[in-house]
Amino acid sequence: MEVPIKVTVNGVLYEREVEPRLLLVNFLRDVLDLTGTHVGCDTSSCGACTVLLNGKAVKSCTIFAAQVDGAEITTIEGLARNGELHPLQEGFWQEHGLQCGFCTPGMIMAAYQLLDENPNPSEAEIRHALEGNYCRCTGYHNIVKSVQYAAKKLNA
Amino acid sequence: MAKLIGEAVRRVEDRRFITGQGKYTDDIKLPGMTYAYIIRSPHAHARIKRIDVSAAKAMPGVIDVITGEDVKDINGLPCGWQVNFRNGDTMKEPKHPLLVADKVRHVGDNVAMVIAETRELAKDAAEKVDIEYEVLDAVVDPKKAVEDGAPLVHEDAPRNLAFDWEIGDKAKTEEAFQNADVVVSLDIRNQRLVPNAIEPRSAIGVYDAANDKYTLYTSSQNPHLIRLLMCAFVLGLPEHKVRVISPDVGGGFGSKIFHYAEEALVTIAAKRIGRPVKWTAERSESFITDCHGRDHQTHAELAVRKDGKVLGLRITTYANLGAYLSTFSTAVPTYLYGTLWQGVYDTPAIYGEVYGVFTHTTPVDAYRGAGRPESTYLLERLMDTAARKLGMDPAEFRRKNFIPPFDGVNQPGYQTQVALQYDSGNYEATLNKALEIIDYAGLRKQQEEARKKGRYIGIGFSTYIEACGIAPSAVVGALGARAGLYESSVVRVQPTGKVTVYTGSHAHGQGHETTFAQIVADTLGVPLEDVEVVHGDTESVPFGMGTYGSRSLAVGGSALRKGLDKVIEKATKIAAHLLEAAEEDLEFANGEFTVKGTDRKISFGEVALAAYVPHNYPEGLEPGLEFSTFYDPANFTFPFGAHIAVVEVDPDTGKVTLLRYVAVDDVGNVINPMIVDGQVHGGLAQGIAQALLEEAAYDEDGQLITGSFLEYAIPRADDLISFEVDRTVTPCPHNPLGVKGAGETGTIASTPAIVNAVIDALSPLGITDLQMPLTPSRVWAAIQQANA
Repeated sequence: MEVPIKVTVNGVLYEREVEPRLLLVNFLRDVLDLTGTHVGCDTSSCGACTVLLNGKAVKSCTIFAAQVDGAEITTIEGLARNGELHPLQEGFWQEHGLQCGFCTPGMIMAAYQLLDENPNPSEAEIRHALEGNYCRCTGYHNIVKSVQYAAKKLNA
Repeated sequence: MAKLIGEAVRRVEDRRFITGQGKYTDDIKLPGMTYAYIIRSPHAHARIKRIDVSAAKAMPGVIDVITGEDVKDINGLPCGWQVNFRNGDTMKEPKHPLLVADKVRHVGDNVAMVIAETRELAKDAAEKVDIEYEVLDAVVDPKKAVEDGAPLVHEDAPRNLAFDWEIGDKAKTEEAFQNADVVVSLDIRNQRLVPNAIEPRSAIGVYDAANDKYTLYTSSQNPHLIRLLMCAFVLGLPEHKVRVISPDVGGGFGSKIFHYAEEALVTIAAKRIGRPVKWTAERSESFITDCHGRDHQTHAELAVRKDGKVLGLRITTYANLGAYLSTFSTAVPTYLYGTLWQGVYDTPAIYGEVYGVFTHTTPVDAYRGAGRPESTYLLERLMDTAARKLGMDPAEFRRKNFIPPFDGVNQPGYQTQVALQYDSGNYEATLNKALEIIDYAGLRKQQEEARKKGRYIGIGFSTYIEACGIAPSAVVGALGARAGLYESSVVRVQPTGKVTVYTGSHAHGQGHETTFAQIVADTLGVPLEDVEVVHGDTESVPFGMGTYGSRSLAVGGSALRKGLDKVIEKATKIAAHLLEAAEEDLEFANGEFTVKGTDRKISFGEVALAAYVPHNYPEGLEPGLEFSTFYDPANFTFPFGAHIAVVEVDPDTGKVTLLRYVAVDDVGNVINPMIVDGQVHGGLAQGIAQALLEEAAYDEDGQLITGSFLEYAIPRADDLISFEVDRTVTPCPHNPLGVKGAGETGTIASTPAIVNAVIDALSPLGITDLQMPLTPSRVWAAIQQANA
């Protein structure tokens, strides 16, 4: 039995019928072809699938598509506006906050929520806020700098 | 035009990654695509008595189920390096089947593949496959595996030995130990690690019946190598009918070098069912099927004179190879390990032996550093241990034993006791710089003060060397490699002067699309945006060996540089003709050919156009401006450096906190310092994590008890600190870029620096050794024991 849902993703309203067991991340990737959100584990540990659900960062592998009926979702594909990169995207580019790029979308979405709640985070606060997102390439050194760059730019 | 080589150029590939437009294998969706799920053995050692696939096959949406019986006539996965026994007997190389028909040999061994219309259906159907196992005794510890009566992983490998190996001068080393004033020894467990690239492995097989052509998309570090191994050694397919594409790859760290069964399985399945077949690992599968790293048990001894001079080094290692020989598994604990025992010290006598042992565990192969971290760990631990025993400062003790500086040009390379010849080095300079950055004298005072207040602060050193830029083909061939290790490039200058370069290297985070473009732009004097770097598709890139062992720039970059030289040489001929001047009267700079001492000049773009529209053209010269180049290096390259870690140990909880980490590396010339720093940071994280956090632990039945991110602790942002990274520059004398390689230095150096620091912190308690990882419980227990 499929469940009907209406969900707004990156400003576009979608009406779809989904299997009750379909995870949000697979809905985004397989049904909507938004493959910028990644799957890096099966234990909700790595955070590669982080998206914004009604403005809050969530791991989209921990939630069913059927649960997001009526919600607004932002994925990495929806972060740049009118071709202009979000300061976090700029920060990750400028400060070499990514290498293979696989964790990057989730990392940026998690950082988005941090800066939303705490516009001037310390290094320790940045590290704490991102502990649910694994990166195996950067050692987090430049990710911290990327978030600091974005914070500065957003506060300017 | 501003020079780009040496500049922190922002990466050109990043736009697609930061906007979610990267294209990894699992992102690819093809018309008619089906999904595979692989049934893995839940037992470490068991006989398959019966497999019944009928219920699964009958389920709606299930297309096919393939078992070991279906592939029993297909060859197994090959090993790429032959290491024989010391007595001349051939290496034991049992078949590593794509799917097991008779006996499973590790948890995760491949048993059957289910193909269905969706991933979920394939997984549902897998639950309906009925398999009866007869569970057998397993052995997971390499030292136990060589004992009489241990369960055999393969009947034809007695004592579970794949090979045994030695290097160095045994008699001379015995003598050195007899002459020693002090001998220090350590029993080291260099624990097993799981590489854990954040992108799980994925493969898609496609078969085009009309043209009898296969395409394999795979998350690999070396698509050409996979094509060669799969076509020539496993499936017997004609290479020209197979295209292998490795698109964006989400990290590799070695684990995506090897040819895995799933690549061959989706390829044959695609033909069998006539539709594309995709398989993507779940993380739990990655943990038990991606090759693991390290897993050595070593007895290491250092012979020292009382004035601090090291006289000899003696090693015995049992290297756990897992259940089968993976692609490079045999080279890692031998030629990438024992050949580095010289370190940066002029130790006159070295001898060691290595036993390569099968166990009922996931195969072990190269993981970031591959052999060199294991070598560096034992050396650097011995150095600190010996310094402490002699009552010498660890920095001074190292200084007494450093190989003196040599540039490989005016002074010859340094011939080690263990086969290699170092290219160039100035080891003491890196230590001096690191000591200065960290204010060593001040730091020791702080440590003293802290100790008075009951705080346990420790300082740990690691002065390391590694071999990369692998490798001279003739040398590795003589040592058992079954492949050459050159690299390739094609430089295609387009008629408008834009440049496309194709490299056999492969980037999965290293930033080749930027670094290689910097080299092209500077050498040809064209803007960076006029250069496109292509990699990862066997249909377009020349045959190349791929990316591992920090080889891309030293070998692939050199192939590129040599190709660019050919372009300039030919372009000079064309320019001379157009300018009506002699070739030797021209100079080429900033993208322009100028007749020396005049204002007569022609741009590189105009010359390119003339090459493709050869109306007014040198007689006898071929049109076009494109060159294919293969570069086989003259030697390995040898990056080195000095790392210093400062930690604090909480005596009540055993928790280790990083206070500072200084890394001074010498990777030769640097093309993009931002990218090199990034490589160092990431390497440090993985090396520090081995010291403090990570361990792939098996129970006695062969179950991996750290089989998910819930039990296996890869570092999170708040486990680490910001690093202090600096460099010295000693160019490599034997490649055209003077580069050495930077991908693994951090991992190789950092593990012993951390452990040495923790032991230094706890030395007032009399603690002289700890086994990794230094988890709070393990450190706490050691403190309790010391206080008891």
